[in-house]
Amino acid sequence: MAGKASRQSVVQQAVLAPLDWVDERTGAVRGTKWFLFRNVPRDTSWMQTLGSAALTAFIVQALTGGILAMYYEPSSRINPNTGKPVAYSSIEFITNELTWGWLVRGMHRWGASVFIILLFLHMGRVFLFGAYKYPRELTWITGVLILVTGMLMGFTGYLLPWDQTAYWASAVGINLNGTAPFLGPWLAQFLAGGPEIGSETLAKFYALHMILIPGALIALIGVHIYLVTRLGVSSPPWSREAAGRERAAAEPTSAKAGLVRGSGGGD
Amino acid sequence: MSDSGTHNHTPGPSLWPLGFAVGVACLLLGLVISWVVAVIGLVLAVVFGLLWARDVSLDVRGRAPEIEPETRVVADEAAEAPAPAAAPAPLPTYTRSRFLEASTIGIGAAIGAIVTVPSLGFMVLPSFTNVEEEDIDLGPIDNFPQGTYVIASYLANPRAGEVSRRTAFVRNNGFTDAGEPSFTILYSRCVHLGCPVQPNGPIDEAAKKDVDGVELRPVLAQSFGCPCHGGLYDAEGNRSAGPPVRALDRYTFSIKNGNLVLNELYAVGSVAGTGANAAISSYPWTVPGVHVDGAEAWLYPIVPSQVTG
Repeated sequence: MAGKASRQSVVQQAVLAPLDWVDERTGAVRGTKWFLFRNVPRDTSWMQTLGSAALTAFIVQALTGGILAMYYEPSSRINPNTGKPVAYSSIEFITNELTWGWLVRGMHRWGASVFIILLFLHMGRVFLFGAYKYPRELTWITGVLILVTGMLMGFTGYLLPWDQTAYWASAVGINLNGTAPFLGPWLAQFLAGGPEIGSETLAKFYALHMILIPGALIALIGVHIYLVTRLGVSSPPWSREAAGRERAAAEPTSAKAGLVRGSGGGD
Repeated sequence: MSDSGTHNHTPGPSLWPLGFAVGVACLLLGLVISWVVAVIGLVLAVVFGLLWARDVSLDVRGRAPEIEPETRVVADEAAEAPAPAAAPAPLPTYTRSRFLEASTIGIGAAIGAIVTVPSLGFMVLPSFTNVEEEDIDLGPIDNFPQGTYVIASYLANPRAGEVSRRTAFVRNNGFTDAGEPSFTILYSRCVHLGCPVQPNGPIDEAAKKDVDGVELRPVLAQSFGCPCHGGLYDAEGNRSAGPPVRALDRYTFSIKNGNLVLNELYAVGSVAGTGANAAISSYPWTVPGVHVDGAEAWLYPIVPSQVTG
């Protein structure tokens, strides 16, 4: 019996020593535990998973989008081989020629709608549960910014196939911005890159869709998730548990202490 | 309220939001049916909004403190108590760390500005500078029969290629009373939200011509319609139905060596009269959907074309 216990502790040592080494230098293990091992109200349900679902949809968009960018070419020049614009030809190539291209493009195309729908469902859940109230007001506000940024992703992504629907829907969208009072015409001309939609518009929307807006979106999601982790999940309105319970006071001080129960404090 | 520590973060129940909501609903309804209703709604919304804000911010503002009655010191009592000799105020010091902190922030801001200003400028300015398009030669004016529209399709910027293809509807009006040649040249972009307007009439495909890359097709049309949202224009480009906010944009033109040349676009409020004798209220060009006349034009005091040409 004693031998088995000591063998177990040797295995634990082998696993935990490197983790402790990393944690001592970065705090990564403590940070991960802070993020993952949280108290959650007893009466949470599937309703509270909509945020994670939206995050998953975003990750799918980021991955599929990054891979699509390896094959897509944002150019309005006419491809001499196909007689069609290069951008549209590359979309055709992805969809019809490349292995599994139809699948990844389909994931990205439908995933965009899934992402927005999940954002709205998540927002509705938070609203109806009153989970936006003190102390979670800033979580709500960053969430609204995520919704707006997500819609900007949809708007800029819609032009990229460069077909008739994309072109005219974007013309209408840009001119809708133009009807805003005072700065509207300036905003529209900035978006189109000139008085009319042209090749600059396609390149500009591609850059916005690929780099600038995703950067902002990832930063906002980071802040949002940090706030959720810091403030915890709120109880549903019908819960009998007191809202806003404090975290468990006993925070383990090292990786070793937390990962294996009863193995004692480390440093 | 007075004891510290326990803070009530939930505002008390209030009926003002109800009145505010009614006001907003009234305002939106009024925008559709009558401006009187809209004004009433606006007043309701503002009044109840203010009452609500007053209610909600009660905690933050705090209740009005009770002011003790002012008392004055009798003159000789004040004279008896001499003011204590004020200790010399310490000289303001500026420590090394304050200096280093300020210079780090200052130099950092300068470096940041050196990088950011050109980048932001490069992002924004090209959309507004050097955007004038070149004149477009539509070929000999003999190709434009008097009194009928011709659909002219051309490249606004031949170097950019097909992406710059535009369409205008050109009608030769003969001569004005002053003996000047007159053309009505409507730009095909719908002034609602920029879809391509189509002439409502049969196109004479047999008479189609290609003049140096400009495609000309005569059409029998006395009105123009937009497929996107149902905007409808008459033969002069005036709005006759649907959502457009002004008349169709027009081109100024000139005639060079017997060729019709399109110069620049301008926006049109409305057109009175027809053909060569039409009186056109013209404005600097701006994006579709923007009012150029009437009270709504006050919402767009400066449009890009007024600044950058």
